[in-house]
Amino acid sequence: MTLKVELVSPTQRVWSGEATSVSARTVEGDIGVLTDHSPLFGVLVDGQVVIHGTNGEATEFKVSGGFLSVANNRVSILTESIN
Amino acid sequence: MGAQLRIYRRRMRSVKATKKITKAMELISASRIVKAQQRVAASTPYANELTRAVSAVATYSSTNHPLTTASERPIRAAILIISADRGMAGAYSNNAIKEGEQLAALLRERGLEVKPYLVGRKAVGYYKFRDRQIAGQWTGFSDNPTYENAKEVADALIKAFIADAQTDANGVDEIHIVFTEFKSMLIQNAMAKRMLPLEVVESDAPAPAGLLPMYEFEPNASVVLDALLPRYIEARVFNAMLQSAASEHAARRRAMKSATDNADDLIKSLTRLANAARQAEITQEISEIVGGADALASASAGSE
Repeated sequence: MTLKVELVSPTQRVWSGEATSVSARTVEGDIGVLTDHSPLFGVLVDGQVVIHGTNGEATEFKVSGGFLSVANNRVSILTESIN
Repeated sequence: MGAQLRIYRRRMRSVKATKKITKAMELISASRIVKAQQRVAASTPYANELTRAVSAVATYSSTNHPLTTASERPIRAAILIISADRGMAGAYSNNAIKEGEQLAALLRERGLEVKPYLVGRKAVGYYKFRDRQIAGQWTGFSDNPTYENAKEVADALIKAFIADAQTDANGVDEIHIVFTEFKSMLIQNAMAKRMLPLEVVESDAPAPAGLLPMYEFEPNASVVLDALLPRYIEARVFNAMLQSAASEHAARRRAMKSATDNADDLIKSLTRLANAARQAEITQEISEIVGGADALASASAGSE
């Protein structure tokens, strides 16, 4: 079982694919998402989002604010700008 | 060269020059439609995700957020009209402006004061010419809007919405948007939609799962809504601008194509007229020569 992850900005889909885990920083603190996480909708603060792909590679993105939504093993990260 | 012929030739030259311009504009627009369509497509995942999220929060939370609850006694409404900066696009800008007029009439019937927010020089010109009040105007990016442009417009709208309409003359209770939906290369419709108070529109694509998941909100539903709604409005405005831009290019391509076709027809009929004029000139010259020779012949015959 893997997570289907999408990292999207208003102008493009930055990353999409399968991953084993995702970590991000919400207003409440760092959060890690594994498979079968309960549905969650969080507000992100400026910081890093790390996606651990199924091939063992970790991809890091710097986001400035945004949202994290998790449901049915689908993770979507929405952010206005990505560096 | 006869006067008539010269006039026809001159008109043909000017029509040919016009045709070159319209042909070039047609080709430019045709190439830009594709790019504009791609931009609409690229912005869709973000807009869809936001729409899903807003639907979920609005459906499952019992929070009474100012952005989602309609005012009991609305007095003012904002209309955002998206038009073009340049003309030469047939009825594109006009259709959007007319749609806006209809919406404004409808709102006035309900007893609301209408505050126009205008994007594009054509709409601004239309309102200025009629000496109407403009609440906000943005120009210069109608054919290639960026997210920053949309953000600027959305920020002004959200600010007006958050201000209390009962006490603040700049505050509004409702926000409507008028834009041109890009359905296909051939079909673009001007349409009006209410953005706030929230009227969540489902995306064109059917939702993957019928039911929205029961989200847990972090930190809580009202904070999430606070953060989510401005982004949602920005995304809606951005999407509307991108669709309008694609529609503008499509309308311009169509208008320029028919202008080029008309120029072709005109050149054809002018060529015919010029040929006839030339032929008439030749005929006249021949008959003049023949007449002259005839007169000379009969004159010399008489003297013998």
